[in-house]
Amino acid sequence: MLPNVIAVPRLCKRHLHRFLKQQFRHCVADHTSVDSPVPHVCVVGSGPAGFYTAQQLLKGNPDIVVDIYEKLPVPFGLVRFGVAPDHPEVKNVINTFTKTAKSERCSFIGNVEVGRDITLQQLRDAYSAVVLAYGADNDKTLGIPGEGLDNVLSARSFVGWFNGLPQDRDLKVDLSAERAVILGHGNVAVDVARILLTPIDILKTTDISQHALEALSHSCIKGVVLVGRRGPLQVAFTIKELREMTKIPECRPHLNPKDYLELLDLIPDLPRPRSRLTDLLYKTALEPNARYKALWADAKREWKLQFLRSPIHICGETKVTGIKLAINRLEVCLHTVRKHFKPIFTFICLCPLVYQVLRSIGYRSVSIDKDIPFNMERGVVSHTQGRVDGLIGVYCSGWVNTGPVGVILTTMTNGFETGKTIIHDISNGTLELSGKQGKNDILPLLQKSGVQVVSFSDWMKIDEAEVERGQNCGKPREKLVDIDAMLKIASTAAPSPL
Amino acid sequence: MSAPLFRSFCRRCLRNFSKTAKLRNDSNGLNLQRVFKLNLSQRQFHKTTGPLYHGDYEMQDPKSEDEVVNIVYITRSGERIPIRGKVGDNAMYLAHRYGIELEGACEASLACSTCHVYVHEDYSDRLPEPQEEEDDMLDMAVFLKENSRLGCQIVLNKDLEGMELSLPQATRNFYVDGHVPQPH
Repeated sequence: MLPNVIAVPRLCKRHLHRFLKQQFRHCVADHTSVDSPVPHVCVVGSGPAGFYTAQQLLKGNPDIVVDIYEKLPVPFGLVRFGVAPDHPEVKNVINTFTKTAKSERCSFIGNVEVGRDITLQQLRDAYSAVVLAYGADNDKTLGIPGEGLDNVLSARSFVGWFNGLPQDRDLKVDLSAERAVILGHGNVAVDVARILLTPIDILKTTDISQHALEALSHSCIKGVVLVGRRGPLQVAFTIKELREMTKIPECRPHLNPKDYLELLDLIPDLPRPRSRLTDLLYKTALEPNARYKALWADAKREWKLQFLRSPIHICGETKVTGIKLAINRLEVCLHTVRKHFKPIFTFICLCPLVYQVLRSIGYRSVSIDKDIPFNMERGVVSHTQGRVDGLIGVYCSGWVNTGPVGVILTTMTNGFETGKTIIHDISNGTLELSGKQGKNDILPLLQKSGVQVVSFSDWMKIDEAEVERGQNCGKPREKLVDIDAMLKIASTAAPSPL
Repeated sequence: MSAPLFRSFCRRCLRNFSKTAKLRNDSNGLNLQRVFKLNLSQRQFHKTTGPLYHGDYEMQDPKSEDEVVNIVYITRSGERIPIRGKVGDNAMYLAHRYGIELEGACEASLACSTCHVYVHEDYSDRLPEPQEEEDDMLDMAVFLKENSRLGCQIVLNKDLEGMELSLPQATRNFYVDGHVPQPH
């Protein structure tokens, strides 16, 4: 049955299996001499969701060709623009993504915005499957008076600002006040607090954007308050982020012991992650060890957590002068699976003289094309197990699928699942494969409308330029924040091939 | 033979394969030209800054029998994959070498939990206690168990001969409201 193989090489069982399968497929193809059409799949968005889906697709089908479209000229989405600059280890995942992008069956097509430069319908015509993996580009809003005042920023823009996201580079960040209030108890809120509180000498060795570093070096912020609508048992940040908060040099936690006293009895009965997190909160508030006490003794800055408060009014004429907070009482809500506690307003208190407010209450996704069925309530694309409702051959992956929650593991898992769903649909013939030419159909359209496409090798040039810029100021990288500058470098002649 | 598939062979298999391929040379339908263009002897690595764990060491075969540590990976589908490792090998990079479906997003820097594995009870006590950072990351893992560890923190030694590492069985679907879908 395997005429091509005379001597089967010594391979481990797993690879032998793969080798034989591959040989067999080869033979069958030779004998029938019918070129079965190559499945072309496109991924919209080059963040973790896009790359993990692409990785699964390339691995799961030996013929598949994957093109990854990206709005910006640079890849990696929130790994580049969302992960805090002082978390370089999280960005190691870029190495895996680079490996995927360099595969000969994968192309990166940057500087192309779906919905502006190309429509979903055009992509559907050119590809057997289209994966929406463009994440959550928008903010949830509070919907309260005063939200539009000058000193009220969304944490998403603030993160974009210090991470060099082109659209947020001109954000007006006023750090002349001593106190900042962050609304939200999630990891983004904690990241923002940490950046505001970390000594500038530490930040300047990271890849934080130069304009942010400049502004932060003149910061007058002495205290940061994180306000959450629920209690200490419901905080959404994770233990790693909390632990880092306790270790910021020259900065101490200023926690109200009363908030944590009752937690001690509950800790042993909680599930492990919540139990360890609560234990750390308790110890930080009530029983810090000697090492921490010494560390905190001569702190110049401090942070605190405020529980059971919901902002109902941000006061001020043009600038913020105070926030009205409603005091919440928790009520066990048994109707939800998570058994979380529903906050109920009871009193109102006024927290005056706040100058900087950062809203960090979550992200939401947007619809980039009118054809996409969108669940406005949840801020995600309507789908069933990753297959977008009503559109055959359109899938969604990552935050556009699950909503903007979870760590990279969550997105990886979801990306892999979506990838497997597509492989499955290709193998059982659900998807139309013939007549789809992939990027060969799309690139001429883009050329016609004058869009400069950035390839992965173009990105390597930008990458090189950024690293070089970073070396000049003692940083691992200094990101370009100007799209035109990126495009200019991308269009320069390629360096001589190695 | 498609090149990317070929590339996914572990180094030992690659060498054996190329040896066999050379022996029979063009007597069969394999396109050796294409195969050798791959430059088999050089594998590219993406190095991280740490001097210890970047997966290079794991690609070397044991130099003597004294070094050998046999372990078994049990995949998500229940398949047992015996692996001949050596003292000092990092279990995660070893899995990468043998094509086992275990990720390592942060490259052993304790910033993710994508290499979550279960260590067989008989062996979990023989491993050093997890560091605080490892426990913090395990808290993010799906289906955390008593014997959960991060693969990147397991370094083989003679004491671990015969250790079984299983990959977490299934994945949980994540929904904003915490809803867990029931199987149909």
